[in-house]
Amino acid sequence: MTIPVVVKLDGGECFMDEILEILEKDARLTSEEIAVMTGKSTAEVEKRIKKYESEGVILKYKAVVNKEAVETDVKIVRALIEVKVIPQRNVGFDAIAKRIYSFSAVKSCYLLSGGYDLLVIVEGEDMHSVSSFVSEKLATLENVQGTVTHFLLKKYKEDGDILHKIDGDKRLSISF
Amino acid sequence: MKINKKVKDLSPSGIRAFFDLVIGMKDVISLGVGEPDFDTPWRISESAIFSVEKGYTTYTSNKGLQELREQISRYLKPRLKTSYDPNDEILITVGVSEAMDLAMRALSVSDCKALIHEPCYVSYYPTAYLAGLDPVYLATTAQTAFKVTPKQLAETKTSSGDIFLLNYPCNPTGASYNRDELVELARVIEKKDLFVISDEIYGDYMTYDGDHVPFPSLPGMRQRTLYLNGFSKAYAMTGWRIGYAAGPREVIAAMTKIHQYTILCAPIMGQMAALEALRCDKEAKSMRAEYNRRRKYIVTELNKLGLDCLMPQGAFYAFASIQSTGMDSVEFAHKLLEEEKVAVVPGTAFGPSGAGYIRMSYATGISDIKEALSRIGKFLKKHCA
Ligand SMILES: Cc1ncc(COP(=O)(O)O)c(C=O)c1O
Repeated sequence: MTIPVVVKLDGGECFMDEILEILEKDARLTSEEIAVMTGKSTAEVEKRIKKYESEGVILKYKAVVNKEAVETDVKIVRALIEVKVIPQRNVGFDAIAKRIYSFSAVKSCYLLSGGYDLLVIVEGEDMHSVSSFVSEKLATLENVQGTVTHFLLKKYKEDGDILHKIDGDKRLSISF
Repeated sequence: MKINKKVKDLSPSGIRAFFDLVIGMKDVISLGVGEPDFDTPWRISESAIFSVEKGYTTYTSNKGLQELREQISRYLKPRLKTSYDPNDEILITVGVSEAMDLAMRALSVSDCKALIHEPCYVSYYPTAYLAGLDPVYLATTAQTAFKVTPKQLAETKTSSGDIFLLNYPCNPTGASYNRDELVELARVIEKKDLFVISDEIYGDYMTYDGDHVPFPSLPGMRQRTLYLNGFSKAYAMTGWRIGYAAGPREVIAAMTKIHQYTILCAPIMGQMAALEALRCDKEAKSMRAEYNRRRKYIVTELNKLGLDCLMPQGAFYAFASIQSTGMDSVEFAHKLLEEEKVAVVPGTAFGPSGAGYIRMSYATGISDIKEALSRIGKFLKKHCA
């Protein structure tokens, strides 16, 4: 079965392979388990997963770690930085974006519509390291016109996952 | 003080003690839960909160909010292939539970039988009995995939006006019917002049293979059927307590009479939430997709373990035979709980034909299902090697 991912305005639906939906929720399920759940053969599931991997549809498998809950002395500071840039001939925003996202301190980088162009999420050990990254690396780039830095105070939800412990099951353990 | 004899005579569920044991125990993986494991979709809860903030905390019309009845009428029309007048053919109730009780009381005339297929949802028999009906079980077995056959119904002794209680997809068996099977049943119903109460609470969003065919949509059945549905299962709204009945005017009027004196109206918060739920097709479908994956998984694995289990057509229960173990269903459930801390419901809770079966709910996260299955595997190795 395929699940509608987007219901369009005209009532039509776009579909995504169910295997992708299952893996997005839980990448540790085996091909055998996914095969049973979807009514496909294990070979078929494996074939599709391989194909998605080779096409770059599936990029990698990783755990969603709630760093705020990790007990460690290492502090992590995150900032969202609005960056206004001058697009370049022929390459538009892509070249400058690459210049920026290739820094390992940059965790995410998006091109946006609206008052500024790139939204860059930067991680560092403290505010100082983040600010110096911005002032020394980002702001000094030739095509960057200006930056506004917002330090992130608390994460509530990320990519669909709520980042605090949710109350346990509230149901009675037996009911009809 | 004296207690009503009828109530006194109502035998308490024979496995109450087992349930108390489960509820008192810690760290149990329970496959015994008869309600969704999802939270109510937030847009539903949020819209109810908003309505409370705006001061919607009053009684509503006895029949339920006009707008909700209108929306339900609109929702039903394409599905049931017939229309119900929101003014006098739809009643909003406190869950399907209340609708069932009202229906039985409203339809209870002397010597009227209520034909109940079993294994079935636990409340049918007592509700019929308390309403003064004469409950009669129709046994269903794995041979007919737990379906009532037209032949069986035809051979059952009935009188004109008796009630036939249908529930499909069925709790606990997952049995459902395709159109041809229903048309055949409808013929017998017509011939015997029966009235049908059709509990289709698992119909719209919990039928997995093929379409759910609502009973009133069958030729000649609209006037013979009281259709019951609710929000508890499809939208994960068990605690909101909203259900509804749609049927012939006279029946709805009679039910409304009882309802207005005994309940007054269903809670307005739940009704407000239900209004939003009717816009949540996508949310309900996505929960269904998840149940469907678990369904295939749990049933496939149970069969691999040697516990025969038919693929349920709907609802969220696997009804597995434990006859190969030599234990009876209560004994099996007890031992499994004590030794492996996995809770299941003994099939006998749902009627005599549930003997030799256990009900396992897959309204349970896949990791818990996996762990429970592995413990059941261990248990079977120990007892049936
Ligand atoms: C077949 C069936 N009918 C009715 C109900 C009760 O539903 P409600 O919450 O609408 O009262 C249940 C609940 O388990 C059920 O399984």
